[in-house]
Amino acid sequence: MWRYVARRVALTGLMLFGLICITFTVSNIAPSDPAALAAGPDATRDMVATIRREYGLDRPLPEQFIRYVTGVVQGDLGRSIVSTRPVTQDLARFFPATLELVVLSMLLGVGLGVPLGMMSAVLKNTAPDHLTRFAAVSLVALPAFWFGILLQLFFSVWLEWLPTSGRLEVATAPPPFVTGMYLFDSLFAGQFNTFSQALAHAALPALVLSFPCLASILRVNRAEMIEVLSADYITAARAHGIARLRVICVHALRNAMLPTLAMIGLRWGWMLGSTVLVETVFDWPGIGLYAVSSAIAGDFKPVMGVTLLIGLNFMVINLIVDLLYGVLDPRLRNAP
Amino acid sequence: MTPLLDIRDWRLAFDGFEGRAQVLDGINLTVMPGETIGIVGETGCGKSVLARSVARLVDMPPGRILGGSIHFDGQDVMAMNGAALARLRGHGIAMIFQDPMTYLNPVFSIGAQMVDVIRAHDRASGQRPRNSAAARKKAADLLGSMRLPEPAGMLDRYPHELSGGMRQRVLIAMALIGTPRLLIADEPTTALDVTIQAQVLRLIAELVAMHALTLMLISHDLGVIGALCRRVVVMYAGTIVEDGEATTVFANPRHPYTRGLLAAVPDLEKPQHRAQPIPGQIPNLLSPPSGCRFHPRCALAVEQCTRDKPVMRDVAGRSVACHLAEHA
Ligand SMILES: Nc1ncnc2c1ncn2[C@@H]1O[C@H](COP(=O)(O)OP(=O)(O)O)[C@@H](O)[C@H]1O
Ligand code: SF4
Ligand SMILES: [Mg+2]
Repeated sequence: MWRYVARRVALTGLMLFGLICITFTVSNIAPSDPAALAAGPDATRDMVATIRREYGLDRPLPEQFIRYVTGVVQGDLGRSIVSTRPVTQDLARFFPATLELVVLSMLLGVGLGVPLGMMSAVLKNTAPDHLTRFAAVSLVALPAFWFGILLQLFFSVWLEWLPTSGRLEVATAPPPFVTGMYLFDSLFAGQFNTFSQALAHAALPALVLSFPCLASILRVNRAEMIEVLSADYITAARAHGIARLRVICVHALRNAMLPTLAMIGLRWGWMLGSTVLVETVFDWPGIGLYAVSSAIAGDFKPVMGVTLLIGLNFMVINLIVDLLYGVLDPRLRNAP
Repeated sequence: MTPLLDIRDWRLAFDGFEGRAQVLDGINLTVMPGETIGIVGETGCGKSVLARSVARLVDMPPGRILGGSIHFDGQDVMAMNGAALARLRGHGIAMIFQDPMTYLNPVFSIGAQMVDVIRAHDRASGQRPRNSAAARKKAADLLGSMRLPEPAGMLDRYPHELSGGMRQRVLIAMALIGTPRLLIADEPTTALDVTIQAQVLRLIAELVAMHALTLMLISHDLGVIGALCRRVVVMYAGTIVEDGEATTVFANPRHPYTRGLLAAVPDLEKPQHRAQPIPGQIPNLLSPPSGCRFHPRCALAVEQCTRDKPVMRDVAGRSVACHLAEHA
């Protein structure tokens, strides 16, 4: 088991280094001059050169790379040229908002996708199964922004049940900072009023973000459950007199969860990288909006920072998935 | 005496893309308590489906009952509710299977799987399920009585860490948890090495004798059946063609198919007699042959065989389904 863990961790470290190389390369081959952009349209050559020197952009590439890597290792992702703040500070502000959305969406996706997938598999080829699958396909096919606006119109404008945008009412102060995720922080501080407000604000964007994730978890879980339910060991468990519900929810599910878990990991990474549409529709101040506005401004350090953060997240989730695999499947523990 | 198992005119089909396959076609089988009966027939003739029908383990769909009844200990198996079914499975009827690797859940330890079954039986017999320490103790005792080394350590191991013979012993131990009356063994040694086969067969024979079990042993190997069973039932393409004392049937088979099966066994004492495989192929059950299902392969077939389905008749001290049983 420990060798398995050590290997996964080492592999993650290696991938992280690869990711740093890629973000650095991509930002350096992009056809734009950040210094010129920062200096503005009226800047003289001298001013641009000064800025270039200030940001170290005049150094040879290998040196820039080494400075960048040492910076990253020390937690320094450079400065945003637009906001002039360190990128890490910006990320600390925007990332928790995105993370909150993603965690909530994932809870919805897993919490609904897994049981619905199980139900669909058990009731294979009956009306509830067809209905569930049809709904799932539709949810994936609908574009997020269109669906988001539709829900907004229905729940916020027409029914007036939920707020249209933002994370809290304008008049409400954010809860004391612990994680930056308002749902968690408000609970931590015992501010239940703030909590319910934050939940009402997050509900629609989280729902919209969760749909593709829910649908693919459902699909994988259904397919796996169908496969597993016809396995010999399930026949054996039934022959031994184990109750049907227990056979489905314990004996079969644990086997079916292995590929489902892989899909959850993939979807997590995908969601983090695709929040921007939802953030735009619901005016949610997350890293998606931050990255896109920075990219449009030609401001590369924030884009590199966000890419790195999303990549890091992806790797951490993959590591967790791999480790959970080891927990769920004993055959992997002795694997080299 | 009520029969332990009473199967009457059991007809079962599978519906698939290509149509309906008549997999069991009018099976009649009565098993008295204490009998040891062997079911033999080529692969695909419906032995496993018959075994699963008895414990109501055939999924419907794709399975479909076209008629007949199955009674276990006087109770209609198809009419059982959930509680009765839970008592039937494991308690009344226990099963062991062909490939011990695929019939154990790969992600749970041996102990966890056994404890689960032990507690399920506690529940089925109306008791409070014992705590897991007591259940583990019972599991270890059972493994010990299967002559598995270090039974307590075995509980924390996983199926992939055991050999085929060990896994089959674990499955046998699990089958015996509910002190069943009927043990159905579906090709229990087919997937094992020859040396291990003999050990497992001996173990089954001992357990049958010790617990006074009724045994239904399924195999395509006549030698295995001859060693363990007093009665033999020969199946062909979803029908029973001969049924009687193993010694009687083996010494003087009356159905041409049984004769073919016996001739296909290599005889070590008479090596000059080459084993004769039965010519032809097993029929496609989507459109089974008319009349006697064996007629396309039967050397004796007459015109009547293509028309009339032969019924079981008592001939020469056993039952046979063949129009020419008296003459053969
Ligand atoms: N779940 C199933 N769905 C469709 N056909 C099946 C199913 N199980 C068995 N069959 C068919 O039933 C026939 C008998 O199979 P089986 O009882 O497994 O034969 P065997 O005598 O080798 O044990 C075969 O033709 C097989 O293809
Ligand atoms: S009934 Fe006819 S075809 Fe069938 S086994 Fe007897 S002789 Fe052969
Ligand atoms: Mg079989």
